[in-house]
Amino acid sequence: MTTSAIYDWIDERLGLSELAAFARHKTVPVHSQSFWYYWGGISLFLFLVQCFTGVLLLVYFRPGAEAYESVRQITFVMHFGWLIRSAHAWSASLMIFSILVHMFSVYFMKAYRKPREFGWLSGMALLGIASVFGFSGYLLPMDELSYFATKVGLQIPAAIPWIGPAIANMLRGGPDVSEFTVQRFFALHVVVLPAIFVPLLGFHLWLVQRHGNASPPCVEALPPPERKSMPFMPNFLRKDLAMWLISLNILALLASVFPWSLGKAFDPLAPAPVGIHPEWYFMSPFEMLKLLGMIPWLQGEPGEIAGILLFTLGIALWVLIPFYDKDRESGQRARAAHYFGLLAVFALLATTIIGYWTIR
Amino acid sequence: MTEQIHLEAVAPKDVAEYPGERNTRRAFLAAAGAAGLAYTAALAYPIYRYLASPEEMAMEATAVTQVSLKDAQKLPAGSVLMFKFGASPALLIHHADGRWVSMTAVCTHLGCTVQYEPQADRIHCACHGGVYNAYTGGNVSGPPPKPLKLFKVTVSDTSVDVSRA
Repeated sequence: MTTSAIYDWIDERLGLSELAAFARHKTVPVHSQSFWYYWGGISLFLFLVQCFTGVLLLVYFRPGAEAYESVRQITFVMHFGWLIRSAHAWSASLMIFSILVHMFSVYFMKAYRKPREFGWLSGMALLGIASVFGFSGYLLPMDELSYFATKVGLQIPAAIPWIGPAIANMLRGGPDVSEFTVQRFFALHVVVLPAIFVPLLGFHLWLVQRHGNASPPCVEALPPPERKSMPFMPNFLRKDLAMWLISLNILALLASVFPWSLGKAFDPLAPAPVGIHPEWYFMSPFEMLKLLGMIPWLQGEPGEIAGILLFTLGIALWVLIPFYDKDRESGQRARAAHYFGLLAVFALLATTIIGYWTIR
Repeated sequence: MTEQIHLEAVAPKDVAEYPGERNTRRAFLAAAGAAGLAYTAALAYPIYRYLASPEEMAMEATAVTQVSLKDAQKLPAGSVLMFKFGASPALLIHHADGRWVSMTAVCTHLGCTVQYEPQADRIHCACHGGVYNAYTGGNVSGPPPKPLKLFKVTVSDTSVDVSRA
């Protein structure tokens, strides 16, 4: 009696029953490729883990000159600090991985077609921001690895003709990576990027509610009575949450069995450690730049510029795919887009494998 | 009760065939609930310990019973030295008459740090105007309910040692 009175009072003001009605009618298509629908949710879950563990690290992290000392304290002095830090680092990797799986499944199911172009574009922007999250977060412990990773990574914007060096200096806060760099990367990592990421994520999720899950072309070709679906509430949600639980267990296992290490404090005079290499999600572009630099007439600066041009072109084509492959019928453009996708997957995998193969 | 009615209404035959079903269901729910609680506790425990770390370190510091202040014997008469006794601030006063007094500097009213005023030869808390005796730590005026705790002071040639009385 009272509960329903309270519910009515709130409902009258917030329109809860409209939301509940919407949730009741929401369905998810069921077909052989339904498995891929979970990956957006997994990415979302891992982002929430990042927010949570990130705030916990924020409790003890001190940016600037004391950055390394505070991470050392978190890792070796605070109870379970190593676990929180390890979970944050592992969850970052897993989040990039699940976003990539999500992206490629959307790509090959051609879920970017009308009316879902904005979903694709916002998703690509989210992936871009996620990689900047990864790059800026990597510097924060200020150990040897993060120092050299940032140094090398900032050579990429520095190679842009004319304005490159100014951009790199602005990002670094000086001519070399220093405590000023860690201070501004910190501001970027915990304030600027979340402030852009979260509203964009809201937009992305709102679009998913508005248009629902896309079916792959082979399912859309079926007459409506032959298409199967399941209610979102509670059937799909239950499976979604089960996937979250599985992800959390995998994360807990990785974070505790393979704790993230902390190297020596950075020293601008020390040589780069042997076998240094970028995180796996940056390995492919790193290796592509390296391979381009091996072509005799592209050695040095021309190779870097050619590499950046090639990336920019490839990424631009990838992002603009909804405007090229837009027809519902599977014509020549649909096939071309499919092959372009296969080429991208092949290039990413091949360069990543070569990259790890040639670590010295 | 409603559960039972529901079960019988939906599948009376099943219930008749498997009389233990309701118990199994209840046992399953209880086990699932217990597993969920254990899981949550396993997640919450490291987070709690992580956040409580500084508190635990402070607790270890409070276990301190003696502090040796190197070269503090050189403190001129009529002046004060602030130092940390365990986790909290303390005063070492070298009075104009040569007497050494040490006491906690945490006001017993609301925990502000008190200060020694040499000209008035008293201890004053600026937060709410509490005044203590600079020799005994006893209350003189203001809101503090209890005196400041005195420490034992031993002056040597190289240091001043302060210990719990």
